[in-house]
Amino acid sequence: MEKFEKLSGIAAPMPMINIDTDMIIPKQFLKTIKRSGLGVNLFDEMRYDADGKEIPDFVLNKPAYRNAEILVAGDNFGCGSSREHAPWAIKDFGIRCVIAPSFADIFYNNCFKNGILPVPLPQDQVDILMEEAQKGANARIEVDLVSQTITTSDGTTIAFEVDAFKKHCLLEGLDDIGLTMEKASAIDAFEGNLSVSRPWV
Amino acid sequence: MSPKTLYDKIWDAHMVHQAEDGTCLLYIDRHLVHEVTSPQAFEGLRMTNRTVRAPDKTIAVPDHNVPTTLDRAKGIENPESKIQVEALDKNAKDFGIHYYPVSDVRQGIVHIVGPEQGWTLPGMTVVCGDSHTATHGAFGALAHGIGTSEVEHVLATQTLIQRKGKNMKVEITGKLAPGVTAKDITLSVIGETGTAGGTGYVIEYCGEAIRDLSMEGRMTVCNMAIEGGARAGLIAPDEKTFEYCMGRPHAPKGAQWEAALAWWKTLFSDDDAHWDKVVTLKGEDIAPVVTWGTSPEDVLPITANVPSASDFSGGKVDAAQRSLDYMGLTSGTPLSEVKIDTVFIGSCTNGRIEDLRAAAAILKGKKVKDGLRAMIVPGSGLVRAQAEEEGLADIFIEAGFEWRLAGCSMCLAMNPDQLSPGERCAATSNRNFEGRQGRGGRTHLMSPAMAAAAAITGHLTDVRDLM
Ligand code: SF4
Repeated sequence: MEKFEKLSGIAAPMPMINIDTDMIIPKQFLKTIKRSGLGVNLFDEMRYDADGKEIPDFVLNKPAYRNAEILVAGDNFGCGSSREHAPWAIKDFGIRCVIAPSFADIFYNNCFKNGILPVPLPQDQVDILMEEAQKGANARIEVDLVSQTITTSDGTTIAFEVDAFKKHCLLEGLDDIGLTMEKASAIDAFEGNLSVSRPWV
Repeated sequence: MSPKTLYDKIWDAHMVHQAEDGTCLLYIDRHLVHEVTSPQAFEGLRMTNRTVRAPDKTIAVPDHNVPTTLDRAKGIENPESKIQVEALDKNAKDFGIHYYPVSDVRQGIVHIVGPEQGWTLPGMTVVCGDSHTATHGAFGALAHGIGTSEVEHVLATQTLIQRKGKNMKVEITGKLAPGVTAKDITLSVIGETGTAGGTGYVIEYCGEAIRDLSMEGRMTVCNMAIEGGARAGLIAPDEKTFEYCMGRPHAPKGAQWEAALAWWKTLFSDDDAHWDKVVTLKGEDIAPVVTWGTSPEDVLPITANVPSASDFSGGKVDAAQRSLDYMGLTSGTPLSEVKIDTVFIGSCTNGRIEDLRAAAAILKGKKVKDGLRAMIVPGSGLVRAQAEEEGLADIFIEAGFEWRLAGCSMCLAMNPDQLSPGERCAATSNRNFEGRQGRGGRTHLMSPAMAAAAAITGHLTDVRDLM
């Protein structure tokens, strides 16, 4: 997995609540058997009209935000399905950090598995960053995972929380499966007990 | 010993390892797999030379992409869908996991097949790369959706890295009024808590109205826990649960059954257990409901009017306006006057035999309104067979419904069953998101009985008027 330490980039504002996984990547793009290449279809139905032409008003189609690396959004981001295609599409587009007042659980977890940092912040702090993001390409936001801070172009600094284990994995780009396999003997022991305590499993 | 909730008990029984920072490694008893979220996970195993650790605990079935038309034996037309289903065929074979191919009568929606075959049992941990895995919580199992990276993790290690969620109790007291069903309960709870109200929690549903539900109804309730933001919803097992499980192909038998039963009977929340959040609804107060917007929290009784954006506050004002525009609704219109084009009865929320019985009870001797498209997609081949045996299929066909083969179908429209732009659908599925049932399609969620009523009249309808 790609590491995440520090990022300084343009933030795209999406002041909508309940941005769901069907919006992030509609189901017709779930038919792939690969993880890559979904970026062009990120927010597909909001980004393109029925003929496949770009809708100029959509934030990621505006010149200022075409290279956005950060997304600032409303409450309950990523609600809906478990599709990891959502973070795959976000990452493939080039976005590495999503900031919102809250995230749906499964989406939140999926981000960490893909080198994306989701940052939940209180509404008033998201409001500050949303305003900042609306300034367009002139306002770069800096996200520092090591110090757990976000800094705006005018120097305002906002601290954020992140689970220590998840932070560690993201900083180091660690593969969870490898880590768990180091605990194989504990799993063996558990399975040994299981065949006695709940043999029907 | 300190008092525990049901969630606490199942969690503790599956703990393989706990790190100092509270991160846990949880053992997974059952891993359900479908074609959409698994190909990249199997590919990952191949690339790293890993195997499936417990193939006997891993069950796969194609459901999302499969055609549900009667001629599906001739194959899948869409090349990408075809590749995805073929990939599952191959992965199941290569890794030696239990498999129900499209040609098997037991094939169906993964969340219907699991319980039906006795894979899902009380006290288990059940995961699947699908958010509606919450369905299995109806058995008093800890069941939730995972992403594809986690699918790969479970395939390789039979465990999941987890942090414990908080405990939330949703109590539905008293009795339900006639015409009110499990779907109305679960939608009403989301209307009450909002789609983020359960985020970070595991919900336990309890109370008389929940106890009174059949296993099918309980699955409908737990299925939509995720729409309320909770990863999992569960219901303590009782005699109904045990009776449902007994004799299922993969349920324990003989002495093992007795041992299992003895343990299952300890699976309930202790009286003085701690709850981080409690929500109580009176069963009598729940009405038949429909959704009007594009979030499952946009719920109102069928007797209400279409709201206006100004009825809301905060970020919901814009969201409500966007929903109303997308749905093509005018504020103040009685919901019961909203005309529909299509009826879809099916999905892992409401594609079980009881749902079909409820729809048939309304449709018996009636006709689908002229010009309406109406389809019933049973949740599994076995549900379909039973409905035919009970004569329900004849009722549907005589009424003018298409009687389909099992699959997810128009619940998310990955197969050819889709809405066209602007087409309005009365659906028994679980999500009314923009474009969910097809680009520009408009979805109103409701119970099977309500959907059947709408099919007869051609508009959203209070089923109680037809009872
Ligand atoms: S029926 Fe719908 S919600 Fe259920 S598994 Fe299929 S697509 Fe998902």
